[in-house]
Amino acid sequence: MALAAVVAAIALPFLGFAPNRLLSGRPVPLWNAVQGLGGAVALLPGLVLLATPFLRPTRFGLGLTVAAGGLLTAGLVWLAGAQAAALAQGVSAAARTSFASGFWVMAAAGLLAAVDAARRLGLGAVGRLTVGAAIAGLVALQLVSGHLDALSILKEYANRRDVFADAVLRHAVLVASALIPTLLVGIPLGVAAHRVQAVGRAVFPILNVVQTVPSIALFGLLMAPLAALGAMLPGSGISGVGPLPAVIALTLYSLLPIVRNTAVGLDGVPAPVREAARGMGLTPRQIFLRVDLPLALPVFLSGLRITVVQAVGLAAVAALIGAGGLGAIMFQGLFANALDLVLLGAVPVILLAVAADALLSIGIAAATHRIGVLPGRSAP
Amino acid sequence: MIEFERVTKRFGSWTAVDAVSFTVAEGEFRVLIGPSGSGKSTVLRMINRLIPADEGAIRIDGEDIASLKPEELRRRMGYVIQSVGLFPHWTVERNIATVPGLLGWPRARIRDRVTELLELLNLDPRRYRSAYPHQLSGGQQQRVGVARALAAEPRILLMDEPFSALDPITRASLQTELSAIHRRTGTTVVFVTHDMDEALRLGDSIAVMDHGRLIQCASPLDILTRPASPLVRDLVGREEWGLKRLAVETVGDRARRQESTTGEPLAAETPLHRALSEMVARGTERLPVVDGDGRPAGVLHLSDLVRPDAGGTA
Repeated sequence: MALAAVVAAIALPFLGFAPNRLLSGRPVPLWNAVQGLGGAVALLPGLVLLATPFLRPTRFGLGLTVAAGGLLTAGLVWLAGAQAAALAQGVSAAARTSFASGFWVMAAAGLLAAVDAARRLGLGAVGRLTVGAAIAGLVALQLVSGHLDALSILKEYANRRDVFADAVLRHAVLVASALIPTLLVGIPLGVAAHRVQAVGRAVFPILNVVQTVPSIALFGLLMAPLAALGAMLPGSGISGVGPLPAVIALTLYSLLPIVRNTAVGLDGVPAPVREAARGMGLTPRQIFLRVDLPLALPVFLSGLRITVVQAVGLAAVAALIGAGGLGAIMFQGLFANALDLVLLGAVPVILLAVAADALLSIGIAAATHRIGVLPGRSAP
Repeated sequence: MIEFERVTKRFGSWTAVDAVSFTVAEGEFRVLIGPSGSGKSTVLRMINRLIPADEGAIRIDGEDIASLKPEELRRRMGYVIQSVGLFPHWTVERNIATVPGLLGWPRARIRDRVTELLELLNLDPRRYRSAYPHQLSGGQQQRVGVARALAAEPRILLMDEPFSALDPITRASLQTELSAIHRRTGTTVVFVTHDMDEALRLGDSIAVMDHGRLIQCASPLDILTRPASPLVRDLVGREEWGLKRLAVETVGDRARRQESTTGEPLAAETPLHRALSEMVARGTERLPVVDGDGRPAGVLHLSDLVRPDAGGTA
């Protein structure tokens, strides 16, 4: 991997420069981007990273790798910003400087090295989140300071400032509106599937089939009946396109992990624990609230994690049926052949998914650590 | 006092408990024993209404348990099961405090009670109070299980094969501790087991069950010397019958009080099979006996162990 990064640094273009976004760019190699002392300092973590595989894997060595990987990523972003600003001098505002393959390969190598070392260091969920937040913070600092404004992705952002904020909000609202009915229906359904076998036998095949339907097909399938319903009830606001079919489809996809993990979590509560609770005089309600729920919580939360991450991604596709959100920006970019516009939509989607995943991981770790490993069930 | 009056329980067409009547006196240690499927566990679980009776009446201190709310009834009794069933997400302290908490005891009283129980069951409160169940060994978990059952000072303790899953050494020490606790607190105990040695060792009286019926209910000595049926005889077993016979009587029962001799004395409550073992180990036929206060209480002779009037045949 280190070798690939070195080859990328030398052979692949670091950035692309084009007089406007319709023309394909002229490659800018890394050594053109490194100018003066600042550029050299930004790449220093990369040299450290190249040396770390030869160090013994002590805690210090691993910590160094984490720091170097993170700093390299942030440094590359800084270099790109500086170079873009330099290139932008004396040309029209329509000029575009975008990340090219060399940047992506090196940044990915830096991040992977950091993530891998953090894992080998045995960092817990909170530790890993801290590292991630530190790297994100270094990049965010450059964003806020305006250092990156000359990069094309931010020029696209500047052009769509209002639309962007609205799209992020809309995306989050889409996910949340799907999540609420999912939880309201999914949790009772999961409890029922745990208590009555027949419910599980009826529900799971249906949800499994829904899960295998491609998202675009499901959106399409929902359009016809909802459009018909809208025609029957004029003024109800129901229509075949827009947020409603998107929320329904997202809910259908989200149900399986929630229902399944609720049921599996409850199934995993050891029978003797319930027997003892009953024998000591806990009421059925007390057994559910004090024993079943806390013991099923870690498995339930990992279902919620799958659901949220999946819904954030699927909500992007929902833009195709006019539901808006970050997907709208992505598709606009795709149809206009503007790669940076696609990135402007895709990067926040990834960040949203990663952030949701990280937060729920902390929740799962907190819910699990006291229980230890339950008999008959591996820790999730 | 627990009374069963012609109690029957059917599961479908199978009669698990068939018109069983018996009484367990206040403070008695009653063992229920029998082959698997004999109905002994069902009887136990009917006492706290985990299983409802189909026919007949079960009374506790004269009160029909069908007239009580099941949860209230269960909170008045301790309940220990073979697989322990500690709450894995609660500390040892919170596990033990379950029933006192349900009964609304003040916090300080619960805390003191937890300390007292941990000490009673030989678990260092400082070390184990805040531990989680998965950090304990099997024996320690069952100690906590027993402590949890005793927490609210119940007058009745129900135990369903509580020590069957433990290794022999841990089982023996928990049996000793349970006997001591029973003697000290005077709690009525109903104890289910399939192990006759355990039954002979712990019980004031032993009820033998088979096919849902009560075959014999008698003292350990009578179970050994006057088995009511071939099944009871089989449960006792012919192997080492003599040692089992000796184990249900103590040195004090057979010692010659007027005599005295020299040597390391035995306590009067030592079971007779231990005395025999001691004689073999020391190569002597006479052992001095002392009472609970350490005063000389006579001499036990080897011939006393095989005295025909106190013996009997299997």
